[in-house]
Amino acid sequence: MAESDAFVRFDGVVAGYGGGDVLKGVTFDVPKGGVTCIVGPNGSGKSTLLKTVSGLVRPRLGEIWFKGTQLVGLSPKEILRLGVVQVPQNHSLFREMTVHENVELGAFLVKDKKVIAERMAAIREMFPIVAERARDKAGSLSGGQQRLVEFARCLMLEPDLVVLDEPSMGLDPKTLRSMFHTIKMMNSAGRTVLLVEQNARQALRMSHFGVVLENGQVRLSGTGTEVLNNPEIGALYLGGSIEETKSSS
Amino acid sequence: MTVLLNAQGISRAFGGVQALNLCSLNVDKGSITGLIGPNGSGKTTLFNVMTGYVKPDAGSVSFDGHDITGARPNKVFAMGIGRTFQLTRIFARISVLENMLVATQREESWLRGLTRSMSNKSEHDAAMEWLDFVGIARLAKLPAGSLSYGQRKLLELAYVLVADPDVILLDEPAGGVNLTLINVISEKIRSLNKDGKTFLIVEHNMEFVMNLCDSVTVMHQGSDLVTGTPAEVRSDPRVLDAYLGGGDDEEEIEEVAHG
Repeated sequence: MAESDAFVRFDGVVAGYGGGDVLKGVTFDVPKGGVTCIVGPNGSGKSTLLKTVSGLVRPRLGEIWFKGTQLVGLSPKEILRLGVVQVPQNHSLFREMTVHENVELGAFLVKDKKVIAERMAAIREMFPIVAERARDKAGSLSGGQQRLVEFARCLMLEPDLVVLDEPSMGLDPKTLRSMFHTIKMMNSAGRTVLLVEQNARQALRMSHFGVVLENGQVRLSGTGTEVLNNPEIGALYLGGSIEETKSSS
Repeated sequence: MTVLLNAQGISRAFGGVQALNLCSLNVDKGSITGLIGPNGSGKTTLFNVMTGYVKPDAGSVSFDGHDITGARPNKVFAMGIGRTFQLTRIFARISVLENMLVATQREESWLRGLTRSMSNKSEHDAAMEWLDFVGIARLAKLPAGSLSYGQRKLLELAYVLVADPDVILLDEPAGGVNLTLINVISEKIRSLNKDGKTFLIVEHNMEFVMNLCDSVTVMHQGSDLVTGTPAEVRSDPRVLDAYLGGGDDEEEIEEVAHG
């Protein structure tokens, strides 16, 4: 396939943290405009893979193409400039700063104050909490609320690719639904989404594409539904095959 | 049933935020009790009060008939109340196995305990057994800091189990853990419970809570809102409103895959 076919292309990516390779040759494509969900057991390399996209981990071997540009070797800041923004797994707001300040920081690469103000206005509309709690310290928000503010912050750069590492972790059922709804909304607004989720059933249901990562390699990739309905994957990583779940619910 | 662990009328404020407001909770001996509620409803603060990490402004905590209000965390742990944390706390620079051996110590200093238990075969075996159970035995010799987030959660679970407490408080044991492994953990909790261990579990995974717990308390805005069996709690309109939300959004998520 030509490089232009894929929005993001992982080609034989090998990476780790010095104590052996976590990713052992990962190859797959992320199509443009969709939601792609990576699932797999704990320690299979999902978070590491996301970090190779945002430049936080540099692959030892292999290539990562984003809209025809080679990302391997670029700094996280250069990758941000290309339009790739990651929301990390752990909460990452500055707790002592206000919600408004945190969101504004998301636009740190933008110099034009007018552009920042426009985007802030759009964000406040999309995420009411950013307007309602603007003057409150981020640390005073609950876990779920902080997640939404992190989403809001990442959109200040109007990224083409949003990378989310377990966005649902620690969220109550009601907040979780609004979070999935927000991902859908970001996607409809033209952002391609690449995410890792342990809440795999729900995530795959709303994803266009699914990738199963196992021991640092791609075990299976396909549409979200294909991955969801694969009996072997169901038993291994989704808490039982789909038939079983249907009859019990 | 007799009450093993009890929190009565607990209040606690942080600055202007009233995290707990006259909150009460009973954990029966031999039960698996669930504690659920929206983000920010005070579940973790209640855990912290019950295990000595936070002193309450008002109210009391008792364990097995003894008043333990305001007791220090190490004392609470020594009495037989073990807990995990929502955001994991491990020693990053020592190995996974060494973390486990530290956890087996109740009274002596952790360093003395560690040097002693390194040469103690049964403690070593017990540690390896629990690591094997959570599926990370092959990582025993690696520094704990090299584990992924999910693996750290599993280490912490093994860590509290190896200490063999009478009552085990788990703060979101399923968060960030693979779905199939969640089922395995669920089974293990059930079998430990059959052997007499009491559990108090904070968790957002409703399937996990509803299948496992005998009794569930729902918290809302710092107070206990409803206590009942999983079936009672699930259908209580106040719980639906405060926590579970309506069923309409479920279809909305379904739509995306086809839309």
